[in-house]
Amino acid sequence: MLSIWAEGLRSALQAIATNKLRSFLTSLGIIIGVASIIAVVSLVQGLEKSITSQFEGYGSNTLFIQQQRDKFGQLTGELSNHDLETLKNIEGIAAISPQTFLFEYSGLIYGSTEYSADVIGVMPEFAEMDNSYPEVGRFITNADANNRKKVVVIGDKVREELGLTRENAIGAFLRYGPHWLKVIGVLEPKGKLLGQDLDSYAYIPYTTAVSLMGYQRKPMVVFVGRVANVDHIDAVRDQVISTLRREHGLSGDDENDFSIQSSDQVLDTIGQVTSVITLVFGGIVGISLLVGGIGIMNIMLVSVTERTREIGICKALGATRADILLQFLIEAVVISMIGGLIGLALGYGLGIGIAAMIPNFPPSEVPLWAIALAIGFSTGTGVVFGILPAAKASRLDPIDALRYE
Amino acid sequence: MSSDPHVLIRLVDVSKHYVMGGETLHALDQVSLDIRQNEYAAIIGASGSGKSTMMNIIGCLDTASNGVYELDKKNVSGLTPNELAGIRNKKIGFIFQTFNLLPRLTALQNVMQPLIYQRVSLSERRERATQVLDKVGLSSRMGHLPSELSGGQRQRVAIARALVTNPSILLADEPTGNLDSSTTADILDLFDALHHEGQTIVMVTHEPDIADRCHRQIRLFDGKIISDERNR
Repeated sequence: MLSIWAEGLRSALQAIATNKLRSFLTSLGIIIGVASIIAVVSLVQGLEKSITSQFEGYGSNTLFIQQQRDKFGQLTGELSNHDLETLKNIEGIAAISPQTFLFEYSGLIYGSTEYSADVIGVMPEFAEMDNSYPEVGRFITNADANNRKKVVVIGDKVREELGLTRENAIGAFLRYGPHWLKVIGVLEPKGKLLGQDLDSYAYIPYTTAVSLMGYQRKPMVVFVGRVANVDHIDAVRDQVISTLRREHGLSGDDENDFSIQSSDQVLDTIGQVTSVITLVFGGIVGISLLVGGIGIMNIMLVSVTERTREIGICKALGATRADILLQFLIEAVVISMIGGLIGLALGYGLGIGIAAMIPNFPPSEVPLWAIALAIGFSTGTGVVFGILPAAKASRLDPIDALRYE
Repeated sequence: MSSDPHVLIRLVDVSKHYVMGGETLHALDQVSLDIRQNEYAAIIGASGSGKSTMMNIIGCLDTASNGVYELDKKNVSGLTPNELAGIRNKKIGFIFQTFNLLPRLTALQNVMQPLIYQRVSLSERRERATQVLDKVGLSSRMGHLPSELSGGQRQRVAIARALVTNPSILLADEPTGNLDSSTTADILDLFDALHHEGQTIVMVTHEPDIADRCHRQIRLFDGKIISDERNR
């Protein structure tokens, strides 16, 4: 029984080799379809993995409390210092730090060198929650925060870009718009995670940040809280919600003017977004596989007609319908599988290339399931669209086929 | 009918008719015929006499409209297409006027081809194909494609392919129709030798001098046997 399969494969490869260009053009639809699905999946998966790994840094015991936004993205709620103080008193919250991004001025300037670091206002608790520890100097202290000191802790990349050394950085003054900030610490290098440089941040006391932003009507604030016991996260979450509702004077039917998510929820959301993207692109690619399959069917029908006489000869020699069917089916599957493999390699390369071309984009990642899916789909396409021409070949009448010129 | 144990082919009142444009065409009209083992028979007749139809029915490429066909004491009249394929594979060796070799396969692969359908292993296929190619005098051309062989050589490959399955009958349809006279003589010598070894041969031809070399001549006209003579 094995011999008929081996012979079918040999004969298929020979037929493909005889018509190299035609076989290539036939499988082009499959190649393009598979290449695009692999490229898209690899990029989306790479992105998801990188975002996920960044959030994992926070640990699953972290809660993010944000202002609510309306459907246009405008901030509607408010998170005040008073809210922060109240939340600190909730049992079960080990630490909580506000976090606010400053967009007032373009970057930090040292001497004549400017670097567009992301300036973030945080409280001392943030260091532990973010695993941001100073390599030289110190992190922001409560004293800094209470006195709204104009001090800054910079990432290693910021130090390097501004032309500071670890030795002379401490005590240096950086200009941020009209303000002068004194460097009190340089953080340990963390490298890149979100495809974004994690060492390109500069942290100032939250209170200082709020006073610098005095003119902004509603600063965007995130409270990052750490729960003492991860098993109680849901209870703590409910408590935070009821506390904030009470503080904000919301009655029974009012919707929350804030949102609260655990890092697991954030990860879930990201996962949902990426799977939707994958599905949408998968659908588009499915159409191209369909088109590719029709191309294969078309060429296989031509091939059956061209080889009518050969089919007649094989039938005279004793080939059964199943033998002929198998031979043409194997040929269709081999064409589409070769297309699938070429597409896989092409898509893999495309993913790597695109990821490298977009600045700050994480490296692409091809999961095993995508490879299995691509090969499975292309093989399935070969079977589905090869069966009709193969059946046509197998049903030919031997006498008519032998007479065919 | 006699119950001769050596009868290989027995046709009893076999008819084949086609309906063409509302008119029924009797390609074969109630033909009865016995061919015994190791006979060397020629089926002769003008074109349209029904000799090709008879050949197709004997070769199990076609089935009769009426009547009974027994091959090797087995009634093959009501068999399915797949069963007929099995019979063609094991009992019939076809030799065609146009050789009908598979163009992309070498001589050796062409000869091996019928054995694939018997699920014979590659090593055994190669061994048996090499043996018959040697027998027809083509062992030096085994690796060549049909396009690289002369007409006579191609027909030898086709004969080897017909012989490789040790068929009960060799069915040859105008086997020398596309060959020049000296190659024709070589091929006919080969048929004589095969017959001498005990092979049953049925040959369709319209050339009288070729039919004369056969030991029996069955003449068809308008779908009927009009004469059946044995030379020796």
